[in-house]
Amino acid sequence: MIRTAWLVLKKDLTVEVRSLEIAYTTLFFAVSCILFFAFALVKEGKAPEDGAAGILWIAIAFGGTLALGRTFERERQSETLRALLMAPAARPAIYVGKLLGIVALLAAAEVVLVPLVAFLFQAPLLSHPFWLAAVLLSGTIGFAAVGTLFSAMLVRARSRDVLLPVLLYPITVPVIIAGVRATAALLQPDVELALVRFWVALLIALDVVFVTLALWTFEPLMTD
Amino acid sequence: MPKWFVPLAAATALMFAASPFLIANAPYEATMGLVQKIFYYHLPSAWVFLLSAIVCGIASARFLFGGSPRQDRLAYAAAELTVLFGAIVLVTGPLWARKAWGVWWQWDVRLTSSLMGWMVAWAYLLVRKYGGPGSDKLAAGLALFGMANVPFVYISVNYWRTIHPATSVVPTLPVDMGVALWFAVACFLLLFVLLLRLRVYLEEQRARLDALYLSLDE
Amino acid sequence: MRVLVLLVLLVSSPAIAQQPAPDQSQQPKQTDEFVPISQLPAQDQLPAAPLLVTAYAFVWVVFFAYVVSVGRRLTKVQHEVERLESDIAKRT
Repeated sequence: MIRTAWLVLKKDLTVEVRSLEIAYTTLFFAVSCILFFAFALVKEGKAPEDGAAGILWIAIAFGGTLALGRTFERERQSETLRALLMAPAARPAIYVGKLLGIVALLAAAEVVLVPLVAFLFQAPLLSHPFWLAAVLLSGTIGFAAVGTLFSAMLVRARSRDVLLPVLLYPITVPVIIAGVRATAALLQPDVELALVRFWVALLIALDVVFVTLALWTFEPLMTD
Repeated sequence: MPKWFVPLAAATALMFAASPFLIANAPYEATMGLVQKIFYYHLPSAWVFLLSAIVCGIASARFLFGGSPRQDRLAYAAAELTVLFGAIVLVTGPLWARKAWGVWWQWDVRLTSSLMGWMVAWAYLLVRKYGGPGSDKLAAGLALFGMANVPFVYISVNYWRTIHPATSVVPTLPVDMGVALWFAVACFLLLFVLLLRLRVYLEEQRARLDALYLSLDE
Repeated sequence: MRVLVLLVLLVSSPAIAQQPAPDQSQQPKQTDEFVPISQLPAQDQLPAAPLLVTAYAFVWVVFFAYVVSVGRRLTKVQHEVERLESDIAKRT
């Protein structure tokens, strides 16, 4: 099972590294989002209070949606998804492999986005790097868990580009809220670590629920 | 339509007609006064909203893992009713809140997660309508996630400090308030059953139509 | 086995998360119970009656509108079913 997941992940990363198409486009889109917010909200060189946390997570969510759509569009175009499903591999393993690929992609994007947001909005995002990493990782996994499932489901649907946000955003609201609150708590001048720990624990609980549900439903949802 | 439908509809209509009298007779609440009486419709509609989401989720799971079209029809009907009763909750609540809390809305856990659950139900309907082939399974998957949200909505108000009253309000209600409330709950539950059956009937007729079109093609 | 592990994780994470919940200051206290009135209410600035009436009216209107909507969709489908059935009967 783990071997299958690893193989799927390796395949995705290999394909992606060759052209870096999705990585660049996602990053560019997320950076544009952040710049838009900067133009709109930064007045006379001063950023709005606590704006940084929300803007970071919005950029991750929008960029993530784009990445999800593009990843599965690529699968659809080369019909590799059908091939994958026909292979004698456990379906949940395929899901896990795809999920890890998306998380890796988003994590790479976040490495660029975090310093950018910190700079544009004068937010001390890098003051507690370990906790920020925990928040970002658990939030990204939660978002990607639901996103991977829904994108895979939508590959053969009509209006798939429109439907992905329609399906994804309501469900991932708790993840985004928890992520934003945790990040905002980390940006306070005197950080309440208990509060951050609380939000991270909630994020992990959400991750467990979403991944469990996704693993359970991936098989019936992908079969015709 | 089954035999019990019309008699039950008549009984429910009568009960609904009677409910305002019971509500008017219930005592006023100390701090909120008259506006608190919205409670007698707000709470039952909230319970039915959550119940409907659960029914949709269970039917969706049974459809996904069993393939029964009957369950799919039930899930579709339940999703529509989730939107209906959710709309009632999300309108009666702020109307009450405007007087009781001074604001129409607050982004606290209970309200936000309820709004989110409502949006999931809307998304279900959008997917069914515009998703094309295979959208029944997509929506079923979505409904499962929506059902996972329900326990969170219910207990959120006990674990977070929110502006919304806690669930301990209902067990500690004085008797004369309780009578009005439970009567309204019964009204709403019966109405839910009736509307569900009616909506499923519509789906059954649509399925019949599809079958006719298919037989025409042969 | 996997399911059990996941379930244990799921159930325990809220327990781990039993930290002081985030505080939202400047808010009225959350009510635990409803208390029936024991004295005359203080004069309030916002009249409650319009809100109450609107709430109940909304509920009635929504139920009515929904039943009408389902009824309309139903008659449409039923007419089409009848039309198709007569078409099929004419053919055979």
